[in-house]
Amino acid sequence: MSEFEPKILAFLCNWCAYAGADLAGVSRLQYPSNLRTVRVMCSGRVDPAFIIDAFQEGCDGVLVAG
Amino acid sequence: MTLSTVESIEGEEGDFTVTVKEAPRYVDMDKCIACGTCAEKCPAKTVDDFNEGLAKRKAIYVPYAQAVPLKYAIDADRCIYFKKGKCKACEKFCPTDAIKFDDTEKTHTLNVGSVIVTAGFQTFDPARLDNYQYAKLKNVITSMELERLLSAGGPTGGHVTRPSDGAEPKKIAWLQCVGSRDLNRCDNEYCSSVCCMYAIKESVIAKEHLGADFEPTIFFMDMRTHGKDFERYYNRAKAQGVRFIRSRVHTIYEIDESGTLTLSYVTEEGERIEETFDMAVLSVGMEASGSAVELAQTLGIELNSHKFVKTDDFTPVAASRPGIYVAGVLQGTKDIPQSVMEASAAACSAGSLLSAARGSKVQEKSFPAEKPLADQEPRVGVFVCNCGINIGGIADVPAVVEYAKGLPNVTHVEENLFSCSQDTQDNMVEVIKEHGLNRIVVAACTPRTHEPLFQETIRNAGLNPYLFDMANIRNQCTWVHSNDKERATEKAKGLVRMSVAKASLLEPIPDMSVDVDKSALVIGGGVAGMTAALNLADQGFPVTLLERSDKLGGAARDVRKSVHGQDVATFLDAAVNRINTHDNITALLNAEITHAGGFVGNFETEVRVNGELQTIQHGAVVIATGGQASTTEEYLYGKHPAVTRWHDLEHEPDMVKEADSVVFIQCVGSRDDERPYCSRICCTASVSQAIWMKEQNPDINVYILYRDMRTYGDREILYKKARELGVIFIRYSLDRKPVVKEAGKGLTVTVFDPVLQKDLEIDADCVNLATAIVPADNTRLAEFYKLPLNEDKFFMEAHAKLRPVDFASDGIFLCGIAHYPKSLDENIAQAQAAAGRAATVLARDVIAISPLVSQVDAEKCIGCGLCEEVCPFGAILLEEVEGKGYRAKNISASCKGCGLCASTCPQEAIDMLHFRQTQILAAIKAVA
Repeated sequence: MSEFEPKILAFLCNWCAYAGADLAGVSRLQYPSNLRTVRVMCSGRVDPAFIIDAFQEGCDGVLVAG
Repeated sequence: MTLSTVESIEGEEGDFTVTVKEAPRYVDMDKCIACGTCAEKCPAKTVDDFNEGLAKRKAIYVPYAQAVPLKYAIDADRCIYFKKGKCKACEKFCPTDAIKFDDTEKTHTLNVGSVIVTAGFQTFDPARLDNYQYAKLKNVITSMELERLLSAGGPTGGHVTRPSDGAEPKKIAWLQCVGSRDLNRCDNEYCSSVCCMYAIKESVIAKEHLGADFEPTIFFMDMRTHGKDFERYYNRAKAQGVRFIRSRVHTIYEIDESGTLTLSYVTEEGERIEETFDMAVLSVGMEASGSAVELAQTLGIELNSHKFVKTDDFTPVAASRPGIYVAGVLQGTKDIPQSVMEASAAACSAGSLLSAARGSKVQEKSFPAEKPLADQEPRVGVFVCNCGINIGGIADVPAVVEYAKGLPNVTHVEENLFSCSQDTQDNMVEVIKEHGLNRIVVAACTPRTHEPLFQETIRNAGLNPYLFDMANIRNQCTWVHSNDKERATEKAKGLVRMSVAKASLLEPIPDMSVDVDKSALVIGGGVAGMTAALNLADQGFPVTLLERSDKLGGAARDVRKSVHGQDVATFLDAAVNRINTHDNITALLNAEITHAGGFVGNFETEVRVNGELQTIQHGAVVIATGGQASTTEEYLYGKHPAVTRWHDLEHEPDMVKEADSVVFIQCVGSRDDERPYCSRICCTASVSQAIWMKEQNPDINVYILYRDMRTYGDREILYKKARELGVIFIRYSLDRKPVVKEAGKGLTVTVFDPVLQKDLEIDADCVNLATAIVPADNTRLAEFYKLPLNEDKFFMEAHAKLRPVDFASDGIFLCGIAHYPKSLDENIAQAQAAAGRAATVLARDVIAISPLVSQVDAEKCIGCGLCEEVCPFGAILLEEVEGKGYRAKNISASCKGCGLCASTCPQEAIDMLHFRQTQILAAIKAVA
């Protein structure tokens, strides 16, 4: 059996964390690819229901960065 | 214009001819996509100046990842092709043919009305100081070098290591005033204003990086944390274990081959100490750059004795040649907030002159009419970009294209070499029309840089710009997973799937704009308020100036001279006269605000003037409510007639005419538990008064009892002058305050002298107190306009450094002591800045506002008011609806689209346009 790899969903604030994720790219930092991102205009947009939904849809971890 | 220098400036204010020389970049800016392939392939390495020489860069380079414009340039002095005639590796590998070896120097001639100079400074080079051995000892570095070591983007990735052996330091010493406040070893007698604060910041960050065992120590003379909220930061650093030692280190030497250092210094008690540190950081000061004299000559402007641009306290950003303005450290040492304020002030001053020509060179873009979407099914077009090899070299783009074709609602998919190139854009317009696409996804770089471009493209195809979404498969995919092509492809597919899912639910959103009432309300008739009013009125905007008291002038009426000795009363009289005779200004005295509301471009403020109510409509607000010296119960103030405040003495200088001895006490009510902030101006004020007393009567004994002398910038010269005139400075600490006792007509002051290590008793004919500067009571005003106050009751700006005169709410601006205590020249600069920022609103007839705002479903809303409570911008309010109680109402012009209200609403009655719950949930559903 292959090793468990979590599926992670990140909600990124357009003004900081999303820009940071872009900069990680410009700087060619390498990180695991099991992350998907949703851009929001503020981490305040993240309704707790979104997080529950993400888990229900099969995500193993949720990151809210802002 | 980058790589450019000014050759000459001819003409005069309103009509300058500027000759600019632009050095060749050797890279076509229109073609370069900053993919970095050129630098990767370039074989020529050289010293990386941005990283203070701690790393290498290539001959083709961008200075740093966030550089603007993000375009590469060839350093011809380092390029092998330019030196030896062959190589051209960059040209060979550049995917967009952007390299131009035949690029040449160009000369441009510009016709402009005014000029703003912001040419900056250089840091002091400590190599010439033999006692600190900077040039010889590896572990003695400058603060700038440490900045790079602390930076995540720096040569060590933010991991602080010793240059000598790469070991993690356990003890670092910071040495203050290196190249500042020093005439013995250099020529910089002024204070650099910023080093105390940056050293504390570095020590705190280093501790965060290196852990609890790390021991930072700062050796200083006076701790100058005179900026807004800086004193709190200083206190916090002390609590976190940063050690502060008041001493100037006299020698540094290495103790062993590993490079460990010994610093020798003398404590205040007179004890000589030798202490070992892993590293020493020299907190280098600021000085005029080597080219300052030449620059001044080219521009025809005067410099002061420190080679900074000479200005006047009452026109702080105007250089000596009319029409030329200055901002930042080119004018004198200062920190970022002050530099940003001056920059806005310079823009305002430059704009005043040009207000008649405003907008005369603007060309408006036009777009075809939008096709109505009606109830069309989504027809999604997906454009997958290779970005040369940036995406295509890692992810399997054809596979992503094939995958996208099978996604729900997708009608058409294309692969592009460069989606952003002009021919692809033109093609995209045709493809959209041809296939009747009504939702567009571009899978490429990041929406933060390229969304506006693609939105414009789809507008050209008759689509609403919000029928667009981007899948970030470069910055957040191929660039960060370049070692795993398969998984990068997999992720790119996933990101496209999420984007298509969201895009299918996107809806057209009409543009929004509000009309602007082109007039301003300025609240507060002190120097800041008057300056802001005059600057706006000079630009042609009608201004209502409100003053609570019965006369204009404010706290400046308590001051005789400005920092550099100019007469304040003369300035005030001229300003009041101009206010009273200006056609565009209505000054209302005895005015009190009773109610206010509205949003950017459309405010309504109700004012009571002499008992009568009137309503003022205005497009912008400048808040300049000022402050004053506080009173105190300490040191017999109010109980003994010979105890004064420095403001009292400004009004009645004769009080000390016959005095033989005057004692000043600093920090009365500042920097204590009740007011843990520094009042910024009092050290300079007391020193100025002391100098005046000594000049009136050289035999008078003047003592200044202080905690840290905070005569920042060139105010240091006054401190030095006072010492030369014989003013005696004695330091006291908060736990051992001076004691003032009545002694007949006079007073006796007892203070512990830390140098002599004993109590001194001083007879005084007058004890003069530097009481704290406090803001006016702004509680109601803050409620009316929904503005934040900080813990000390000063107004809180949108961003301490980057937006020092803005509020988070649009259309409202801040200046003067209402923001923080500051001297007249600083108040004037900030007021000009606030006027300049307000003019950016008032100059427009309509303001386009982002339509990505909240939307309230009045049927679901129960009027609980949670949304109003959480909104940081006053953009959602409860409104009474007949028969239903209260309902939330969105003020679109104030809304920033953050969505706090939507995620807070317990009824799901609020949704965000373009970030609707259904749209985000669709993206989440598509993750799996």
